[in-house]
Amino acid sequence: MTHIMEIDGVEVAFSEGETVLEIAERHQKEIPTLCYDPRLEPFGGCRLCIVELEGARNPVASCTTKATPGMVVRTATDTIEAYRKTLLEMVVSENREVDVSPLRGYASGELTGLRERYEIDGNPRITGATSGTSKTDDNPFILRDYELCISCYRCVRVCAEQEGDHAINVMNRGFHTQITTEFDGLLRDSACTFCGQCIQTCPTGALGDKKALRAADDVADAVPNKTRTICPYCGVGCSVDVLTSNEKIVGIHPAMDGPANQGALCVKGQFAYDFVQHPDRLKTPLIRGEDGELHEATWEAALDKAAAGYRKTYAEHGRHSIYGIASGRAPSEAAYLMQKFIRVGYGTNYVDNCSRA
Amino acid sequence: MSNPLVDMQKPDVIFCIGTNMTECHPVAATGLKKAVARGAKLIVADPRRIGLAEMSDLFLPLRVGSDTALLLGMAHVIAREGLIDEEFIKDRTTGFDDFFEHISQWTPEWAETITGVPARDIEQAAMWYGTADRGAIYYTLGITEHICGVENVQSLCNLALMTGNVGREGTGINPMRGQNNIQGAGDSGALPNNYPGFQAVTDPEYQSKFKAAYGTEVDLEKGITKVTALELCGDSIHAMLIDGENTLLSDPDREHCEHALRSLEHLVVIDIFLTETAELADVVLPATAWGETDGVCTNTERRVQRLRAAVPPPGEAKPDWWIICQIAQRLGFKGFDFDAPKPIFNELCQLSPIYAGLDWERIDKGATDIFNNQWPVPHKEHPGTPRLHEETFVNGRGIFSNVHYRDPAETISDDFPVWLTTGRRLQSYHTRTQTGRAQGIDYLLSEESLEVNPTDIDKWNLADGEWCKMSSARGSITIKVKATNRSPRGTVFASFSFADVPVNLLTGSGYDPITHTAELKVCPVRLEPL
Repeated sequence: MTHIMEIDGVEVAFSEGETVLEIAERHQKEIPTLCYDPRLEPFGGCRLCIVELEGARNPVASCTTKATPGMVVRTATDTIEAYRKTLLEMVVSENREVDVSPLRGYASGELTGLRERYEIDGNPRITGATSGTSKTDDNPFILRDYELCISCYRCVRVCAEQEGDHAINVMNRGFHTQITTEFDGLLRDSACTFCGQCIQTCPTGALGDKKALRAADDVADAVPNKTRTICPYCGVGCSVDVLTSNEKIVGIHPAMDGPANQGALCVKGQFAYDFVQHPDRLKTPLIRGEDGELHEATWEAALDKAAAGYRKTYAEHGRHSIYGIASGRAPSEAAYLMQKFIRVGYGTNYVDNCSRA
Repeated sequence: MSNPLVDMQKPDVIFCIGTNMTECHPVAATGLKKAVARGAKLIVADPRRIGLAEMSDLFLPLRVGSDTALLLGMAHVIAREGLIDEEFIKDRTTGFDDFFEHISQWTPEWAETITGVPARDIEQAAMWYGTADRGAIYYTLGITEHICGVENVQSLCNLALMTGNVGREGTGINPMRGQNNIQGAGDSGALPNNYPGFQAVTDPEYQSKFKAAYGTEVDLEKGITKVTALELCGDSIHAMLIDGENTLLSDPDREHCEHALRSLEHLVVIDIFLTETAELADVVLPATAWGETDGVCTNTERRVQRLRAAVPPPGEAKPDWWIICQIAQRLGFKGFDFDAPKPIFNELCQLSPIYAGLDWERIDKGATDIFNNQWPVPHKEHPGTPRLHEETFVNGRGIFSNVHYRDPAETISDDFPVWLTTGRRLQSYHTRTQTGRAQGIDYLLSEESLEVNPTDIDKWNLADGEWCKMSSARGSITIKVKATNRSPRGTVFASFSFADVPVNLLTGSGYDPITHTAELKVCPVRLEPL
């Protein structure tokens, strides 16, 4: 069922259950948010998404306000923008000055972006207490730099709602608010599975990808390129963006629009990518020599020897003596050519893949 | 999977059996967790108290290898209580009357004697699944890696067919595939019984079709499976080409496997590392890895997706497709003059009816509002098929199978009094050729350990954190003991991931006679303190 409401003087259609923020975003309204992650239940904590609602005494948070037929909303009046700037100045006043690396996480630049948009410089109008104490945690994956925390609870909510792990929560109130695990311990000793979802939803970089930050130390160019692909591990087929810098993989971002994962990843997909550029990788063909050992060889020599072996086996034992096993990890083109190799070359069905064990 | 991954959030009753989803398919499990948070009932059948069991409404801790008995008992209750979907059975299935008679003898009380699960819990599970508007079944290798894997799957099909839980949102029979392109490897025809697109090699029509396409006549008889081929190494199989599989560590009965590969006259291995298997090869050819290779893969929900290269390969490593083409060209085989993955994939699409509507460009664009790219995609305008069996079954009608329970190939005895079951862990992947080389994973999982119930540890004179010797009819290994209530009394668990704890030296007691899948989930062992 489609209804009509008005946003900034224009009539727009919406469906039952949609929020004002969702409808406004669909119509390219750039409403600032900090506690909002479209995958999570609306929270209404940061109040940056406030809009004027005709008939309401005060501005309302658009993320928690469901649209109703005939509603009239203004998203960016001078008053609303002034409110937003003040709110942001209060948020920023709690944070130490920091240049947040984009490698900390998918959303780590959100607060920085809003600071620039609302021209909040280094001489804050509002000063006062700061909140959050950074936690020393020896885990190799998740940086817990809570001095940058703005208590938006996105990490807590993504862990509970999206991941279903409930590993982290909030303790204390006001300026003393702190994100923590049970008994304020290490993540390893909590229900945390190191899926990295908290890192990726954090809008300030308070939670950061330690592994990506370490990798970036080795490369000059710190702003990564992104390549969309599919995770190399299980059969779920999560979409990921591989972050690269100077031909080095420096990290992984989950693809928020991935059809199979919708932004979710697990510890393997998020962090276990560096086997690719590991020194153990095979770099040249190897041929077993007369001494019984494997020796480096040219492609020409290795391919000739590979082919010669099949030619000899075929001549001596016939076409049913040669067998092909395709990989469940290589792309389909490899599996297709493996079966074609056996079927075209030997006229047999002596081919399988690794699915039986 | 008969149903798409998004359906995992939609069932009323979820029945998970033989799947440790929170560890092996963690992202899929997030969908189930959302369904449970919304109020869906979760039934978990597994020998071990795994993560899913902890969040279940009903946990059925069955003895390893007794799945068929449990499922027969549930079918009995569903029939006895009149919870069958008569209209669905009449319109869509065949063989129900015989099946109805068959299951009348398999009471939950009988099933209790086999499985160890209380009859009242089997009844409760049957009542919940049988009365669900949307009942969904999820399973993994805990169902298939048995000598009765086929019967286990047929038993699950029986439950879904008798209750009409197929072909609708939030229902279905959903096996979770374990590797990122294991579905694609089968789709592409790397199977001894099927051409690409699951076209049977025994059908003369498909033989003619591929003769026309390839210019070669291929046997009308099925080929042999990998398991049989390994058994015949040195007898009738004398050469192999293995692409990207660490056969030695992943397959059962490692000594047998190593002996088989060593008895080949010619072994060529294509891989990214010098794996234990590659070390046995005559020629090792370095392949490009994930992140360096352009291509296509298919996930567990039959969605065909694009893999992209992000970085250049190390040294002289080359794509798998290029390597196979080079060997084929040297042997004078026709049809291997490819210079890119795109024409290879397009050739596959032309020959495979389930990919007929796909091509490289469409996969490159990715899933859109119009095209989901889940096969079958019979023609270019077709969006893809998220849900199978909505109107009809491919083979006509759903067939009830009158299955019988069988004991595992080996059962516990005085010599081997403990059940060993094997599997995987969240932080490692298969034989650790990849996760073992990822920085930081060691922090979470640095070594393998044997999960033993604390009471058993005392009874067997073992000690938590100490080493023990574990033996089966095939061999012995040493492994560190870990006390945990995840393991029930009398059953222990280990993964096969760590090369220094080669658990697959012990396994390999039997194979499913039809699929040749090894019974990796059941292995009687003896434990002794060291």
